[in-house]
Amino acid sequence: MNISLATMLQLSIILPILAALGIVATGRKPDLREGVTISTCLVLLYFTVNLYQGIKQGESINVQWWEILPGLQLSFNVEPLGMIFALIASFLWLITTVYSIGYMRSHQEQNQTRFYVCFSIAIGSVMGIAFADNLFTLFIFYETLTLSTYPLVTHAGTEEAKKGGRIYLGILLSTSIVFFMLAIISTWFVAGTLDFKPGGVFDSNVNTTVAGVILVLFIFGIGKAAIMPFHRWLPAAMVAPTPVSALLHAVAVVKAGVFTVLKVCVFIFGIDLLSVLPTTQFLLYLAGASVLLASLVAMRQDNLKARLAYSTVSQLGYVTIGALLATSSGVIASSMHIAMHAFGKITLFFCAGAILVAAHKSKISEMRGLGRQMPITMAAFFIASLSIIGVPPAGGTWSKWFLLMGTMEAEQWILMAVLMISSLLNIAYLLPIPFRAFFPGVETNSVNVGIKEAPLPSLIALCITTAACVVLFVYPQPLYELAKAILTTPGLTYGQ
Amino acid sequence: MLAHLPILQVIVPMMAAPLCLFLTRPRLVWLFALIVSGLAFLISCILLQQVMTSGAIIYELGGWDAPWGIEYRIDQLSAFLLLIISAVSTVVLFAAHTSIQKEIPVDRHTLFYILYLLSLAGMLGIVATGDAFNVFVFLEISSLSAYALIALGKDRRALWAAYQYLIMGTIGATFILIGIGLIYQMTGTLNMNDLSMRLPEVAHTRTVFTAFAFIIVGVCLKLALFPLHLWLPNAYAYAPSIITAFLAATATKVAIYLLIRFTFSVFGLSFSFTTLPLQILFVVLGLSGIFAASTAAIYQKNVKHLFAYSSIAQIGYMIVGFSVSTTTGLMATLLHLFNHALMKSALFLALAAVMYRIGGVQLSQFQGLGRQMPLTMAAIVIGGLSLIGVPLTVGFVSKWYLILAVIENGWWPVAVLILLGSLLAVVYVWRIVETAYFKPPLAGSEAIKEAPLSFLVPIWVLVIANIYFGIDTRLSIQVTQVAAQSLFGVGPP
Amino acid sequence: MLMGLYNYWIVVVLMMVGFYIVIAHGNLIKKIVGLSIFQTSVFIFYISMAKVDGGTAPILSDGISKYSNPLPHVLILTAIVVGIATTALGLALAVRIKEAYGSIEEEEIQKKDNLDC
Repeated sequence: MNISLATMLQLSIILPILAALGIVATGRKPDLREGVTISTCLVLLYFTVNLYQGIKQGESINVQWWEILPGLQLSFNVEPLGMIFALIASFLWLITTVYSIGYMRSHQEQNQTRFYVCFSIAIGSVMGIAFADNLFTLFIFYETLTLSTYPLVTHAGTEEAKKGGRIYLGILLSTSIVFFMLAIISTWFVAGTLDFKPGGVFDSNVNTTVAGVILVLFIFGIGKAAIMPFHRWLPAAMVAPTPVSALLHAVAVVKAGVFTVLKVCVFIFGIDLLSVLPTTQFLLYLAGASVLLASLVAMRQDNLKARLAYSTVSQLGYVTIGALLATSSGVIASSMHIAMHAFGKITLFFCAGAILVAAHKSKISEMRGLGRQMPITMAAFFIASLSIIGVPPAGGTWSKWFLLMGTMEAEQWILMAVLMISSLLNIAYLLPIPFRAFFPGVETNSVNVGIKEAPLPSLIALCITTAACVVLFVYPQPLYELAKAILTTPGLTYGQ
Repeated sequence: MLAHLPILQVIVPMMAAPLCLFLTRPRLVWLFALIVSGLAFLISCILLQQVMTSGAIIYELGGWDAPWGIEYRIDQLSAFLLLIISAVSTVVLFAAHTSIQKEIPVDRHTLFYILYLLSLAGMLGIVATGDAFNVFVFLEISSLSAYALIALGKDRRALWAAYQYLIMGTIGATFILIGIGLIYQMTGTLNMNDLSMRLPEVAHTRTVFTAFAFIIVGVCLKLALFPLHLWLPNAYAYAPSIITAFLAATATKVAIYLLIRFTFSVFGLSFSFTTLPLQILFVVLGLSGIFAASTAAIYQKNVKHLFAYSSIAQIGYMIVGFSVSTTTGLMATLLHLFNHALMKSALFLALAAVMYRIGGVQLSQFQGLGRQMPLTMAAIVIGGLSLIGVPLTVGFVSKWYLILAVIENGWWPVAVLILLGSLLAVVYVWRIVETAYFKPPLAGSEAIKEAPLSFLVPIWVLVIANIYFGIDTRLSIQVTQVAAQSLFGVGPP
Repeated sequence: MLMGLYNYWIVVVLMMVGFYIVIAHGNLIKKIVGLSIFQTSVFIFYISMAKVDGGTAPILSDGISKYSNPLPHVLILTAIVVGIATTALGLALAVRIKEAYGSIEEEEIQKKDNLDC
């Protein structure tokens, strides 16, 4: 098959949305329906890998659709940062789909068709966000993502799920309507363009107060980045089925948030302007506070998914800090952390789901001694925890390393201390779980009788992501090169 | 024939109305009304086409020269309004036959269509005419038929709502009449174009000032500007469902048209915005309307009431855009006028379908409807998203321009307030979504089926228009831009 | 000066009387009567405004050069028709309300509506 790269770019956005129609059509035959999903995943992954090859060879891939408002076009462009995000999302979508087939079937969830449809549309939106060439396009897909994930959060249909859904939609929609949209329109008004440009779109003589306010609006408006005090939606979204939490609330949605933050910092403001804005320092401390506080809250959670959710809030703060540091190491760290955290956190969620399906346990206090019955799951949990904490032999090491370098370059000593303390906190709230599972201290076999490992598809999925964590430690080169290319002119000097 | 289009636009539905009496079978009358409305739509399309290519069309009634004779003047603004009114009327009428089966006794069906056509003719007349007194006459034609139409609702509260509307509407229209009389006294002319040239000479007099105040208050009563909105919720809620869809999409829009016409064309921009503190007045009233009505909408139990309050809030947005008094602001108002007509006609038509199937539109009756009437509920969801202003729907386009206009003027707090106001829309739309999709169906409601095609086709035509004009904005933006520019006297007249 | 404009005083007084009745009275028929008075005041305003001092009825005849302005009179003919239609419709509604509610007092109607909810 000979498809041009530009076509692939468009198809990677349209295909998942078309697949949603296919899933509706085949909804009555589960096997066929899952077949449609899996094949879409494969084709999508094929596209993104090809696009990656394309920009590696220095090709510029972009597509313009039509103008929605005068001067505001739907247009797409492949650049390294978006490429990282798209690769992660499409790869992990495939894995999650495999996982969720095992999970949803053994859990006998209802409304599975709606689940797969919304999932598909969400992935299409993620691709749109990843490849958006201007803020306007990004905003449109950002909102589509919010709306398409809402039914996933309320999937269970219980009162609790509805409440979670209300918080989810309430925070995400209100921040995006009130702050994000205002920030976009202000940018359009001040700069006259919304295109992502290397070095930013603002004039060098722009009023720094105005730009500073706009930056605050952006950071608050991108609620998906879960900076405190706009983080409540993420724990609330944990009522969703585990595959949703895994892909959307460890990867797609939250990463769409920090990705947008990064994109705005690098391509709307530009790191030169960013470093002189009066509000940057304030936002850095806010993100730092978010990192620390969320870690502290995480320690107090007994529900495993809630603990992971707060851990995510804290880790997202890292990415925001990296973006706001306005140094090249910071940007590299942030973009690498998007990938590292994605693999680590999705593994942890897969494990949480596996424990729920196999042992029907969601409370950490009940997981003592579970290592004996579910050794693979718990081993995976251990390795993924290492990645989140940032110690070898897991990929998270590298991004933390660059982030610390970034704080040093920017001479942000307080933030450096925050990062260190946070790592310690990470150890304190993650490692005891696998540790107690393997070394319960007391005899617990009688409680855990009859528990086996999770279904095979789920197990395969979590093994793959665990392996990825390790591979990213040993072989981070391609990711690093992509991350480094973000600050050079996109698509041109990359790889030479 | 083509030269007579401006008058045909009005006279066709008006003459058709009494002809309905000769057709005996309700079905025939319906078809006839549908054809007439379709014809009006066709004429408005041609008119818009003509106006966009060659500027305003002037038609002298009976060949008498203006300012002695009555003149019809179709410029970009009126052509745009004519298109909206006739298009909505046609689409809505498509579902009328099925809808009124259950809401109006068969022996009154013919009367229903007569009143409908008269109301349509009245609204088209208001927009088409260039004569101030003629405006009053057409206003009363459309209003009187609207009162009667509302009174046809099957609930007895429809009568009471119609009565209240009659009192308020008549007071509003009489105020306009007083204003027109006063400016006639000062200038000796009723032709709008002529008025706009003669008024500046006498602009400083107290009489003109009084006239202006009377006209503004009268028009604001008609457009249900907060706090003059009290007649609207009940009138919309208890009218036959088809009439709600029709009036919600057109009646207040025509009043907005009058407001723009009088302030911009007749009195002139500089007079309108300097003699009265109109700008600050309208910003405050518009914003309080947005907040008060949206909050009221949240607490409604009847979904028709809910959307009626939401209409009042949406009028607030239009008024804020108007009060900015820049080209962008006026564009925002006109865009929202068009977009809101699309959303509300779709929403109220979907409610008509619900009414047809389950006989009521209490929020509690919506439980589980997401499964039983999936297509109708999907339409309500999309219409609701458009109301919130989610990208890829028309609501986003108008909100974008409104915020842009406000920011261009440096009114940052207003921009924030507008956006906060739209959050309230999220709340009331989501109450419906949650009830319909996440609550189990009521006991004994298993027999509820999807609405018949005669509803689904017009509903989805409107819903697709909601999405289409949210994605391809060339038509709406071009027309509103030209219309706004010509009102400001820049660009082609 | 003030007495010279006595026609306007009549108009204003009538207008206020009518308006007051509409607002203050709870009886539906009385409201409509008030509305009629209110409208009539505007008719008088139009008619009196067209009167030219020393002018006669606007019929062309020899030896007369001063006429009253006929246009407002014509206009008000239309407005009277509109007024009659409004009154008729209002009264018809009042009859229907009486049939449906058994009362034409605003308070009682409101009370019955509130009971329904």
